[in-house]
Amino acid sequence: MSNIGSYEKGIKNFDWSISEKELDYKDGNTINIAWYCSDRICQMGKADKLALIYEGFGGVEKEYTFNDIRLAGNTIGAFLRNLGIVQEDRVCLFMDRIPELYLSFLGVLKIGAIVQPLFSAFGEESLFVRLENAQTRVIITQRKHLSKIRKIVDKLPSLEHIIIVDHKESKSLQKNEVPFNLEDATPVEDFEIFPTKANSPSVLHYTSGTTGQPKGVRHVHYSLISQYLTTKWILDLQDNDIYWCTADPGWVTGTSYGIIGPWSLGITQCVLNSGFSAETWYKFIEKQRITVWYSAPTAIRSLMKAGDEIVGKFDLSCLRHLASVGEPLNAEAIVWSEKVFNKQFLDTYWQTETGSMMITNFPDMKIKPGSMGKAFPGIEAALLDPKTFEPFDEPGRIGLIAFKPGWPAMMTTYWNNNEKFEEKFKNGWYLSGDRSSIDKDGYFWFTGRDDDVINTGGHLVSPFEVESALLEHEAVSESAVVAKPDEVNMEVVKAFITLKPGYEPSDELELKIMNFIRKKLSPLAMPQDIEYMDSLPKTRSGKIMRRILHAKEWGEEIGDISTLEDE
Amino acid sequence: MEEMKDIILQYVIEEYLEDDEEEITYDTPLISGGFVDSFSMVSLKVFLETKFKISLPDDKATPEAFDSVNNIVNLVKEFID
Repeated sequence: MSNIGSYEKGIKNFDWSISEKELDYKDGNTINIAWYCSDRICQMGKADKLALIYEGFGGVEKEYTFNDIRLAGNTIGAFLRNLGIVQEDRVCLFMDRIPELYLSFLGVLKIGAIVQPLFSAFGEESLFVRLENAQTRVIITQRKHLSKIRKIVDKLPSLEHIIIVDHKESKSLQKNEVPFNLEDATPVEDFEIFPTKANSPSVLHYTSGTTGQPKGVRHVHYSLISQYLTTKWILDLQDNDIYWCTADPGWVTGTSYGIIGPWSLGITQCVLNSGFSAETWYKFIEKQRITVWYSAPTAIRSLMKAGDEIVGKFDLSCLRHLASVGEPLNAEAIVWSEKVFNKQFLDTYWQTETGSMMITNFPDMKIKPGSMGKAFPGIEAALLDPKTFEPFDEPGRIGLIAFKPGWPAMMTTYWNNNEKFEEKFKNGWYLSGDRSSIDKDGYFWFTGRDDDVINTGGHLVSPFEVESALLEHEAVSESAVVAKPDEVNMEVVKAFITLKPGYEPSDELELKIMNFIRKKLSPLAMPQDIEYMDSLPKTRSGKIMRRILHAKEWGEEIGDISTLEDE
Repeated sequence: MEEMKDIILQYVIEEYLEDDEEEITYDTPLISGGFVDSFSMVSLKVFLETKFKISLPDDKATPEAFDSVNNIVNLVKEFID
């Protein structure tokens, strides 16, 4: 029997107070996510239960009980407090998926500061714009990432402390760099947790848009109410489960459902800090006896590509529940998972801005492979007409996916950019930026984004950011970036460029430009394909018509070109 | 042969290793070890094609085939005349 029982039962008389009651939360009370994820679980008699099973490079294994993570959160919180960090200061976590990343998340929240997790593969430019925008005071990192930070630290006057979690005495430290080795620190047993309230900021995740710089999505401690219940009902986590969320906490899935959801439920979770290979993943599932697995379509399609034979080499009978997030899960992947794992992946749809799952498939609900599922109880989801922003319910008609504001995990603003935040609402609806249709049974069917943002492997990449970075390369005169279809990642970045005089197209130059973007922004943003052009299509006013290039890549109708420069 | 191994190893060290203390050998797992991610694999493929003047079909450029310098050398050798 699943936690939700049935979808019909879940939506009947639904109220978010269900979650509040289970968490013993009352309006106006203190609510601190880190306390709920560690101290409260210990008080419930699970102090000795495993909270984290970690496996890293070279076979390194570590285990932490809920009491261990409570103490680690205290110890890190105390260290930050001693540095003078206070509530609402921004503390960036810039680490690989090592235990310190997860434990620092708790430590930062315990002092009421705001966690700013950033993907450790980000290059210096991506890191700089996000730290500058958030006016981050502290960054917690590993030695291996220091070189990127050292290149930009002089341009970041707000950045006062760079904490290194694996410092070696043989290495010299530079200005503002502070060593902190958790294993050498004296554990702090009693710690005064900052009394955050429902609207106190908690996590700041950055997301990309079509234009402008990335936006900092500001979440609050009350988001726990949604994250707790969606984890319980959709991921169906039960007390004896061993859970694996494959997402990096640099992205929202890795915090909402890779830290907050499972730990607030007192569930043991596993972290594998290694690169992807089918064998490594299957071996990990078999070894840790993972029962609930939350992953992404890109990973699932990569596993499909690795073939069925390799699955048979491992005992994966421990798996009882599978779910997926990041981009639409194609029907073939669902059919495949049923064939090889004897379980279907449940597709879940939500965004950085929504903070928790919004439209989803549920345990015990009939799955229509390829569909996004139905709205979570308490979530009012609708399709809007793109011109009038009025909701409609005709089956099969494509519209903008929108939500009535008010669910607990909804973002509260974009950091330093409330104007952009306001633009996300029309007629009282939050606009997701995605399109879908709905069928007669109320299932949503994703059709695509409503803007030019590229969804590659479940991560959003801004074409504007890549275009701007391309222009910084000495050979590039003009650039236009669009999504290109890809079998595994759904979309990848494709760049069209014109060259400055004196440069000739060549494979060597293509490689140099690819590596330039990879190091400056991130591997995700690196164009997987670069096409040299004599000129880019532009409007008569000189604006590059990305739409034409996108249509070319996707084999679509080009549409109205009456404003094209050369027509 | 030795030269090819060293060219590839040197390229991987220069382009993908963030930590100058990390040491990799011809057998170090590059993809499953997390040194080269799946997105960056594309740039490694372009490097091999450009450097050794070959064309590697996508279905041959798998994470397994790219998982060590030795594996890559074996793959490249298949496509060199």
